[in-house]
Amino acid sequence: MRKDLEKAEPIKGQVEVKNTTCYMCACRCGIRVTLRDGEVRYIQGNPEHPLNKGVICAKGASGIMKQYSPARLTKPLRRKPGSDRGDGEFEEISWEEAFSTMSERLEHIRKTDPKKFALFTGRDQMQAMTGMFAKQYGTPNYAAHGGFCSVNMAAGMIYTIGGSFWEFGGPDLERSKLFIMIGTAEDHHSNPLKMALSKFKRDGGRFISINPVRTGYSAIADEWVPIKPGTDGALLLALINEMITQGLYDRDFLVQYTNSAQLVNLDEKSSEYGMFVRAEVPVEEGCFDPQNKLWWDRNVNKAVVTHTAGADPRLMGEFKLEDGTPVKPAFQMLVDRVKEYTPEWAEDITGIPAETIRRLGHEMGVTARDQKIELPIAWTDVWGKDHETVTGSPVSFHAMRGLAAHSNGFQTIRALSILMTMLGTIDTPGGFRHKAPFPRPIPPCAKTPRGPEGVKPNTPLGGMPLGWPAEPDDLFVDDKGEPVRLDKAFSWEYPLSVHGMMHNVITNAWRGDPYPIDTMMIFMANMAWNSTMNTEGVRKMLNDKNEDGEYKIPFLIVCDAFQSEMTSYADLVLPDTTYLERHDVMSMLDRPISEFEGPVDSVRIPVVPPKGDCKPFQEVLIELGTRLKLPAFINEKGERKYRDYPDFVVNYETEPGSGIGFLAGWRGKGGEKFMKGEPNPNQWQMYEQNNCVYQHELPKSYQYMRNWNKGYLEWARHHRLTRYAEPILCHIYSDVLQQFRLAAQGKTDGKQPPDHLRKRIETFFDPLPFYYETLESQLTDKHKYPLNAITQRPMAMYHSWDSQNAWLRQIHTYNYLYMSPELGTKGGFEDGDWVWVESQWGKVRCLCRFSEAVEPGTVWTWNAIGKQAGAWNLEPKADEASKGFLLNHVISEELPPTPEGEHLSNSDPVTGQAGWYDVRVRVYKAEETDEKISYPQFKPLKPVPGQEKKRKPWMAYFAGKGKRAS
Amino acid sequence: MHPAFSVIFLTTLIGVGQGLFLALYTGEIYSTLDLLPAQGGQFYVIGSVIAVVFMAAGLLASFFHLGHPERAWRSAARWRTSWLSREVIVLPAVISATVIYGGLHYFGWGMTADVYAVKGLLSPTILVGAAGTVAAFALFLCTGMIYACIKFLQEWASSLTVINYTLFGLASGFALATAYAAYSGSELVSFYGVIAIVTTVVAFITRVASLFRNARIKHKSTLQSALGVRHNRIQQRSQGFMGGSFNTREFFHGASVVWFKSIKWVFLVLVFPVPIALLVAGINAASFDLLAAAFVVQYIGLIAERWFFFAQANHPQNLYYQTVG
Amino acid sequence: MTQLALVIDLNVCVGCHACVTSCKEWNTSGIAGSMSDDRPYGESPTGNFFNRVQSFEVGQYPNTETVHFPKSCLHCEDPPCVPVCPTGASYKREEDGIVLVDYDKCIGCKYCSWACPYGVREIDEHQKVMKKCTLCVDRIYDESLPEAERKPACVMACPTSARLFGDVHDPDSQVSVAIREEGGYPLMPEWGTKPANHYLPRRKTKLKIHEDELIRADNPLKKEGHLPTPDESTPTLDDSTTW
Ligand SMILES: Nc1nc2c(c(=O)[nH]1)N[C@H]1C(S)=C(S)[C@@H](COP(=O)(O)OP(=O)(O)OC[C@H]3O[C@@H](n4cnc5c(=O)[nH]c(N)nc54)[C@H](O)[C@@H]3O)O[C@H]1N2
Ligand SMILES: Nc1nc2c(c(=O)[nH]1)N[C@H]1C(S)=C(S)[C@@H](COP(=O)(O)OP(=O)(O)OC[C@H]3O[C@@H](n4cnc5c(=O)[nH]c(N)nc54)[C@H](O)[C@@H]3O)O[C@H]1N2
Ligand code: SF4
Ligand code: SF4
Ligand code: SF4
Ligand code: SF4
Ligand code: SF4
Ligand SMILES: [Mo]
Repeated sequence: MRKDLEKAEPIKGQVEVKNTTCYMCACRCGIRVTLRDGEVRYIQGNPEHPLNKGVICAKGASGIMKQYSPARLTKPLRRKPGSDRGDGEFEEISWEEAFSTMSERLEHIRKTDPKKFALFTGRDQMQAMTGMFAKQYGTPNYAAHGGFCSVNMAAGMIYTIGGSFWEFGGPDLERSKLFIMIGTAEDHHSNPLKMALSKFKRDGGRFISINPVRTGYSAIADEWVPIKPGTDGALLLALINEMITQGLYDRDFLVQYTNSAQLVNLDEKSSEYGMFVRAEVPVEEGCFDPQNKLWWDRNVNKAVVTHTAGADPRLMGEFKLEDGTPVKPAFQMLVDRVKEYTPEWAEDITGIPAETIRRLGHEMGVTARDQKIELPIAWTDVWGKDHETVTGSPVSFHAMRGLAAHSNGFQTIRALSILMTMLGTIDTPGGFRHKAPFPRPIPPCAKTPRGPEGVKPNTPLGGMPLGWPAEPDDLFVDDKGEPVRLDKAFSWEYPLSVHGMMHNVITNAWRGDPYPIDTMMIFMANMAWNSTMNTEGVRKMLNDKNEDGEYKIPFLIVCDAFQSEMTSYADLVLPDTTYLERHDVMSMLDRPISEFEGPVDSVRIPVVPPKGDCKPFQEVLIELGTRLKLPAFINEKGERKYRDYPDFVVNYETEPGSGIGFLAGWRGKGGEKFMKGEPNPNQWQMYEQNNCVYQHELPKSYQYMRNWNKGYLEWARHHRLTRYAEPILCHIYSDVLQQFRLAAQGKTDGKQPPDHLRKRIETFFDPLPFYYETLESQLTDKHKYPLNAITQRPMAMYHSWDSQNAWLRQIHTYNYLYMSPELGTKGGFEDGDWVWVESQWGKVRCLCRFSEAVEPGTVWTWNAIGKQAGAWNLEPKADEASKGFLLNHVISEELPPTPEGEHLSNSDPVTGQAGWYDVRVRVYKAEETDEKISYPQFKPLKPVPGQEKKRKPWMAYFAGKGKRAS
Repeated sequence: MHPAFSVIFLTTLIGVGQGLFLALYTGEIYSTLDLLPAQGGQFYVIGSVIAVVFMAAGLLASFFHLGHPERAWRSAARWRTSWLSREVIVLPAVISATVIYGGLHYFGWGMTADVYAVKGLLSPTILVGAAGTVAAFALFLCTGMIYACIKFLQEWASSLTVINYTLFGLASGFALATAYAAYSGSELVSFYGVIAIVTTVVAFITRVASLFRNARIKHKSTLQSALGVRHNRIQQRSQGFMGGSFNTREFFHGASVVWFKSIKWVFLVLVFPVPIALLVAGINAASFDLLAAAFVVQYIGLIAERWFFFAQANHPQNLYYQTVG
Repeated sequence: MTQLALVIDLNVCVGCHACVTSCKEWNTSGIAGSMSDDRPYGESPTGNFFNRVQSFEVGQYPNTETVHFPKSCLHCEDPPCVPVCPTGASYKREEDGIVLVDYDKCIGCKYCSWACPYGVREIDEHQKVMKKCTLCVDRIYDESLPEAERKPACVMACPTSARLFGDVHDPDSQVSVAIREEGGYPLMPEWGTKPANHYLPRRKTKLKIHEDELIRADNPLKKEGHLPTPDESTPTLDDSTTW
């Protein structure tokens, strides 16, 4: 710096400051963008934003390099006739051409068979809009990334406690004293989690991390408990066992707020076997748990309706109803279940000493029991009982993909939810807290159509494309029990695949199983690279043709902001804007950024004009919807209804007059209403004036115990977050799952699984959590492939999309495979050597790095650092391609075919969650003669029309006029 | 440290220049005292020119080290604290003294001159030469101290650094003087030659002493003190960036262990025994070629020595830059 | 006399690199900029940064600690980098102890970087001048910024607030209190450079559950009549004592 300048003399130039919302990742922090002469000078966290309160992360602070990245697409592109998909040969076209191509094609499909159009989206935050578009179009073939991301987390917890981690709830670290983080590296709520963690530690909280690897958050844990991947179920069940043995559970909580004391029918002959005994048929059938179950009251020693005043139910024991039906309280079923799951049993599986497991259990139990939090907040429960205080226990948990991304994750996460419930920490201070719109009924109300009749030409879909099956009849299958959706979600193969199964879409479409499609549209997902399993295979499928010369997937549209591995496979590329160039909403209809204290939603407002011919995808959808005359996009006269996306956001209502729209804040004519109210023409301005965020703080008495909080539930019903104000009891025992099992056993009248899946359903739809080895492990020769291979997120990179970022890629420009030095000793290789990682599916060559911070049976690497040469407009020799590698090449999207030739997804059998972290590998030294370059390699991509081709050997960014850049 | 050729040439070349100048002047003193036969003015003139050429070449090399050579003048500013600044002042002083010294001889104002009727030890060349000698030694001190004053570069932070710089300058300067004397047919060949041999031998002793010292150094800074973490097993997992930085380029030689070790033997051979042998043979055979070879070999050896000098220095900052990950 | 500094709390730093890029972002278009990058989209990309975050592993599996370690210029009280600078381009400000480089005077000789034991100075390969952390001198006194934002960019960014900023000579400042109470320490004290920046060590919260805490009056098993009692068939003293 210059000495005369050190006294903060501002550099000259026209300076503007604008607020918007970050989208360098899905966390959605509020940011403040300073521009100098129209160029981005500085991006900082918005101090007035409730989510990040002024902080920012490495990615967010590198937004400038995303905005001015040479990988940006700027023109609509068409694949050059004659060139192969994947070659990345394109010619520039006009938007009009792009639109007419798309609308012609889509119009025809819609008229004939709308399910031949598939719309799949990746890490987007506009499922409210994309989902609505798909529904309006009438295709069931829509989903976002959830299925390959963490649906086990959502489903496992929502089917148990009506809410979940991920973006739907979290640990109340403000009041917690003991925090156990399981299988989390960076998480979605990354900045708030970091803020909370440090505050928690400074307040003297005790932080335990259970993870095969110690990096990032785990680094600052007071205790690291290394675990073998895929075995957390065993640990959690052993903890439950210990909690019961020692009597450390919260009995009152279990009785009042869960189904623990409800009596389960154990009459093996009954079609109701394993279901809760119901006192009477409910007056109204709805998507809630009717309160017609029974308790065994110790006072009168017989069954009474639950929550009968004065009743004191038994949690344990075996009873006989008056009609002779043998029954047990659900809790007794759990006790029976976990009896064999001792800490010693778990030690062998998890690698964690039994003593440690016991101690962890004691720490949790004793802290929960002895350090009760009592807040002087009066509230009333749904049964009408007034409480003077809200009480909680300061033990909280957080878990993410370390649990979710395994094919046994659903039951593992059920076990975790039950452990949290036993500690009495559901929506209580110091425990787990919900975020609006959660809690929701178990399961939530949205449903897909129940059969092929829901899909009709020229008609919107007869239900939601994604939903929450509550019983076998809710499955989206045809008469033969075969899937209606392309990804086979909601079929008997993966009944509760509530987020869809994007990871199987390309393979299924290619194979024509269940049917071939015509057009696939991919938005913001790199399905030819890091978000696909079996990457090499999938790339071949994308370019594969039938005998008649037609592509197996005839038309592929990709909307992306950057030139990626995926865009090179597109027939039509739509250049999207960046987050600094467009309007966006983080809607209550999708995944808002709510806080524990109440609903919060937010928006993006452009701070710079779009580059080149970039067009926001939302505008593309509105234009397409209008051209296709989808009902929601045209008025009664059949004319265009919405000028553009901002207009749409303000005026769209879920149903005419519903008062529910994309944004919850400042509704009503003058902005005086929230959640529900007529459209407000000035809504955008109001968001703009308020840091692009709307926050509603619930009254204190509605902020806790929301599953059973009368005031809250009524508030939620009134504001149309939910339809019912019925209690949401935690499902220690899941009779929802039991119904599927009964169907599989042929005991029910409704839909039944095809015979070859009966056993599978019967096994995995266990109403109580159980442990099983991950499916892939079961099918692997573990002597040959002794190691678990996993990935984790680096804090300074977002999946594949930050390699174009000049600053971030200096931090992670290639990746190593981290492993215990023991492996090197055994395999005769040294730290930094080239090694092969081989699974039963394939192999990759990469560099190894020894580490003492990894469980010795595990190898791991950072996710999605490796790139195809030339992609992202990097130089072909860039390290990402020459030294970086992608683990996905050794992961399969399907399990080995069954003897009958049936293809099952490599997924959780309950939810269809992709089993990313199940793969088993061996590692061995690369030959001296092997090339010193990662394997596999692909033909380098070239820049596409509209991209800067000239490459500067160096640069020096300086915003605004005083440009000193090279 | 990463040996920069600009600095290697700077230090070795000016060393030669300084040494040669000192040889010329020593010769003149001896002649003045009639201990040696007097030389004609031309001997000193050409000798000074050669010395100046070496020093100027060194100075020129140093400019390649600077990011902003056009601002080099600024570097005289901090003579109170900076040995580099002092060097920047003293080096021109030595060059000037040498120029004046040669000039005086050129104009015949040397020891035999009669201009001011001052002869012998009070002659202008003797006076200027004395000043130049002080300056030349000061320059050895400055150059050496530039390295020796950085206390955490423990391989350098020793009086041996200054001593070696001085001795190497003298040895190589006298070796050059020997060859020069032989070339110009002067009688001073064996005088210079013997001094060259003696300084080389002494330099050998002090340099080997410093090698011994350096091999035995217990580095004060450790990963423990660098991080403030007390544990006997600490390993870097990531240095925070992967494609290198100034800190990975500037402070580590980047050469293989084999190369590094062989350079040591190269200089030990080229700087000491070979030149000594050539000097002895050259003096005996009165062969300019052999003597010139002695100087050239020694100078090449000195380049290796200087490379090794830099490469061997372990900068504590390297503790922070160990692992790409 | 004031000595401004950063105090870095290793107890909460998760190694996220927010301080690294926010520093670059603020400074590249500021008075300390620009900050060049070489081969930004090619092989071995490398560039000018004032702050880096490194990671270390301490100990051996399973007793491994992973330590994230951010490091920028420590603004030494006795900075060896300053006296060696021949031009006076490197200097330490009297008024607040910040060590700076005057780009207009710097000749790019790199000598100051040799004289810094911590490896925090980086030459700009294109402007050819020495660069380093300025402690965001152009933010902390800028009266056009709201008072709360007159802090270094990295401090504002840090999600875990692991970076404290203030006057280490003022015994009542947040940083002095933290150093005093949390065991703050300087790096490489052996060289007497007296770094103004300090580091706070890892602190552990432990929990000791005494066995008797497990024997509980509120044991819910009592209520179920399942409180563990020894099996009646196992031997007792009663069976074998006869007197
Ligand atoms: N081995 C392994 N594989 C994994 C995982 C793992 O843990 N291990 N994780 C999985 C998970 S959880 C997920 S969510 C997926 C994520 O995988 P993807 O959803 O594929 O995510 P990205 O690769 O980040 O980005 C997708 C595309 O979005 C584009 N993009 C970025 N910004 C914009 C924008 O503003 N507009 C548009 N239109 N496009 C934009 C990028 O250029 C990129 O091409 O990866 C999965 N893959
Ligand atoms: N910076 C950054 N942030 C991101 C993303 C990103 O790419 N970059 N991606 C976003 C997305 S899409 C997602 S889904 C989230 C995911 O957020 P996380 O769930 O935190 O993501 P992962 O990196 O998959 O972390 C999984 C962790 O689980 C551990 N693990 C693996 N297997 C097991 C196991 O069997 N048991 C246990 N106990 N641990 C295990 C791994 O070591 C790793 O630490 O992050 C989001 N945030
Ligand atoms: S956490 Fe995500 S949203 Fe927040 S600043 Fe970082 S990149 Fe942006
Ligand atoms: S850390 Fe290095 S650059 Fe900074 S003041 Fe100290 S010695 Fe100078
Ligand atoms: S590089 Fe610049 S600041 Fe450093 S010593 Fe040389 S002149 Fe001084
Ligand atoms: S104080 Fe400023 S210059 Fe120094 S590291 Fe922090 S952001 Fe960078
Ligand atoms: S921003 Fe804070 S938590 Fe992140 S690396 Fe820097 S000091 Fe550590
Ligand atoms: Mo994800």
